Amino acid sequence: MTDKKHGITRRGAMQMLGASALLAPNLLGKPAFAQTPPEAPAGRIIVGMSQESTVFNPLMVKIEVDDSVHFSLFDALFRVTPEGEIVPNLATEVPTQDNGGISADGLNWTIKLRDDVKWHDGEPFTAEDVKFTLELILNPDFRSWRTIGHNLLSDIEVVSPTEITWKMAKPFAPYLNFLTETFIVPKHAFDGVEDPNAAPFNSAPIGTGAFKWGSRTAGDNVTVVANPGYHGDGPYVEELVFKYIPDLTVLYTQFKSGDIDLTGRQYITPDNYAEAQTLSDREIVLVPVSSVESIYLNQEKPQFKDPVVRKALYHAVDKASIIDALYYGLPLPSETFMPQASYYYNAELPEHVFDLDAANKMLDDAGWAKGGDGIREKDGVRLSFANSTTSGNHLREQTQQFLQQTFKEIGVEMTIENLPAAVIWGEFWGQSQFDSVIVGINFLIGADPDVTNRFHSDAIAAQGGRGSNNSQYSNPRVDELLIEGAETFDAERRREIYREVQAIIREDLPFLPLFQNRSVVGWKEGIEGVEFNANTRTESWHAAAWYWAQ
Amino acid sequence: MPAFLLNRLWQSLVLLVIVSIIGFTVLNLIPGGPLAQFALDPGMTQDDLDRLARQMGLDRPLPVQYLDWAGKMLVGDWGNSFRDGAPVLDVIGRHIFATFLLMGSSTALSIAIGTWIGIRGATHRYSGFDYTATIGAMIALSIPTFWFGLVGIYIFSLKLGWLPAGNMYTIGDGSVLNYLHHLILPSIVLSLVNVAIWSRYMRSATLDVINQDFVKTARAKGLTERRVLMKHVVGNALLPMITLAGMQLPGILGGALVTETVFTWPGMGRLFLDSLGYSDYPVIMGLLMFSAILVILGNLLADIVVALVDPRIRLG
Repeated sequence: MTDKKHGITRRGAMQMLGASALLAPNLLGKPAFAQTPPEAPAGRIIVGMSQESTVFNPLMVKIEVDDSVHFSLFDALFRVTPEGEIVPNLATEVPTQDNGGISADGLNWTIKLRDDVKWHDGEPFTAEDVKFTLELILNPDFRSWRTIGHNLLSDIEVVSPTEITWKMAKPFAPYLNFLTETFIVPKHAFDGVEDPNAAPFNSAPIGTGAFKWGSRTAGDNVTVVANPGYHGDGPYVEELVFKYIPDLTVLYTQFKSGDIDLTGRQYITPDNYAEAQTLSDREIVLVPVSSVESIYLNQEKPQFKDPVVRKALYHAVDKASIIDALYYGLPLPSETFMPQASYYYNAELPEHVFDLDAANKMLDDAGWAKGGDGIREKDGVRLSFANSTTSGNHLREQTQQFLQQTFKEIGVEMTIENLPAAVIWGEFWGQSQFDSVIVGINFLIGADPDVTNRFHSDAIAAQGGRGSNNSQYSNPRVDELLIEGAETFDAERRREIYREVQAIIREDLPFLPLFQNRSVVGWKEGIEGVEFNANTRTESWHAAAWYWAQ
Repeated sequence: MPAFLLNRLWQSLVLLVIVSIIGFTVLNLIPGGPLAQFALDPGMTQDDLDRLARQMGLDRPLPVQYLDWAGKMLVGDWGNSFRDGAPVLDVIGRHIFATFLLMGSSTALSIAIGTWIGIRGATHRYSGFDYTATIGAMIALSIPTFWFGLVGIYIFSLKLGWLPAGNMYTIGDGSVLNYLHHLILPSIVLSLVNVAIWSRYMRSATLDVINQDFVKTARAKGLTERRVLMKHVVGNALLPMITLAGMQLPGILGGALVTETVFTWPGMGRLFLDSLGYSDYPVIMGLLMFSAILVILGNLLADIVVALVDPRIRLG
């Protein structure tokens, strides 16, 4: 840091080494067990985030950064581990068909709850709170976050303060995972509240989590403080601060200057990875995230109807160069929507090959002949399409230029029509008005492999459907498998189902998979207990375990 | 004077209505809207998005939405933010202190320094000082603020460690000294440009006055040069500057977008940009109305002060 020139040279050298140097395995620093947490909570950890957390009622419509605060303040019935296993949190056991928590037909659920949990205001947590939470989500006047799964519920009954039962309209295995992100709110905080959208609770939340609400400085930070009566292990820090830093360059600068202790979402930019590793007293790790970057192809556009075209395009994507030259070799190449650490990941999918000759031959053989301008045509359809992504995303914009060049070499014209975030992800995306889009999507909820919402033919919003099948993909076999998968509780059978779904989608290519991203996360040496969980949307999913080494 | 004020009030109201209609229309013409940010959420269905649009009243025809908003405005209800549900005036209130602190100190700094440089540049025209000030002003005006900001952070925070690398205060320390410490770098960076603008205006305003007959008369009366300058030249040269200061009022409270971003200053500029990014219509409309009112107030205030200071001008 004292010798800038030296730093640049080293960074340059790192880049020249390319993938081999940067694809080092996920180094999690020193083993955490070398240290033990303090007896009483001590110190403060400041997490820097590039978006502001503004929604504090965890059931209201929200974005990723809000999760950081919610996971610290609240508990759900279950927790999902980094390995994708579901473990009890406010519940005492995970219901299965074997232990009778879920009936043989999958329709009746019984949840047993802890009896030793208190809300931050001292009131006891009971089954009434769970019932209230589920009913609030379904309240038609309440601006709730997503409702799939919950909308199958009926007959929610409190059997005792520690037991609740409900019926489901159909067997729905993914619901367990949904419940890991459904934070329970206290019924008594809404007593006498007419409009839950404007409840006082929404700006002074009361939870059961490891941290209690502290304060908020709008536009700057949210502070939560240790809850000494927490029912689980921890917390070990007195104060946890979520600091909003609107610019990623400034976020990194403040990490270097020591103003923030841990880089939260959107983390350290890939171009700063090499330099960050040279910082003294800082731990820097690569964390795989569930989001998969891909090129979505609108299946209803005539250019993409022919499967040969989609396959040829995939052959013409110079994936390795895009990853190494633009993304500093950080992402993991991917062939599927499924995160590679998932139990359901299909590792046997055919590997992508960058081969322009093969692509040209496929198109020639299929009758796509080059016109006078070098662009292929067949039956009046010209192989020319627009590609869009969020304007201002420089790496994606450069990716587009890469694609433009290699596609041109197989006689395909790609134009670039980028739009601002608020525009592109509106109707343009939702109603499938695009030709093609570069997009990073997290396809899973929690760790559940169900992707009905993304790939079932009933989920095409542009055709009156009820989901987010934005590429307008339709395959009867996939439809069948998705229905069966959602109704199956047996993990091994589900694994077979979703591996087949991945194989078919890899063959059909409704999107051209590019890579699974990895985030560069850094924190100050001395912070222990940091663990990452790709099945959640936040690095702060379990801040109860964080502590400063003495 | 009362007739003048009444007339002005009437004009202002018409202006506000026009501004609000244009603002509302343009805002809603932008495709996407407040729900776009949720579109990539796994498990968020079109059903959910439609439900939210209905709950937020976004499914109604535009004129209905406008009249609903305008009607509530008339009775003092500015609406609630889509993002955190707080009343718009509260949202503005939470950010205005930060902006006022930063802009207030930097404006005071730049007016003081700018006025001095401007007058000295005019009285010592074509001197070494004048050339240096002119070139300095050109450089300050043409280099972007974010660059100044980042260089300042690099030198004074990362290398020398004298000043904080942004933020309004150190978390856990809310003392006045701490605020002042954080204020130094951003207000200097902001002042650089403002000093440049202010000194250029002041220089030319002084030059306009300095050769006029009444100044010669003052000198002929045998007044000291200092008295001529302070009483006759500066006094008259400051008149147009009052109008300029009035026009700066909305800027002072409207915030400095770039500086606020570089220095993570939670002010109005950031609020505006973030609200635009999330299509938080109530807050954007609130900010638009707020700054329109400030422009009107600033001009009105300037007119009144000029009339008070300059006996030749009568309002009415």
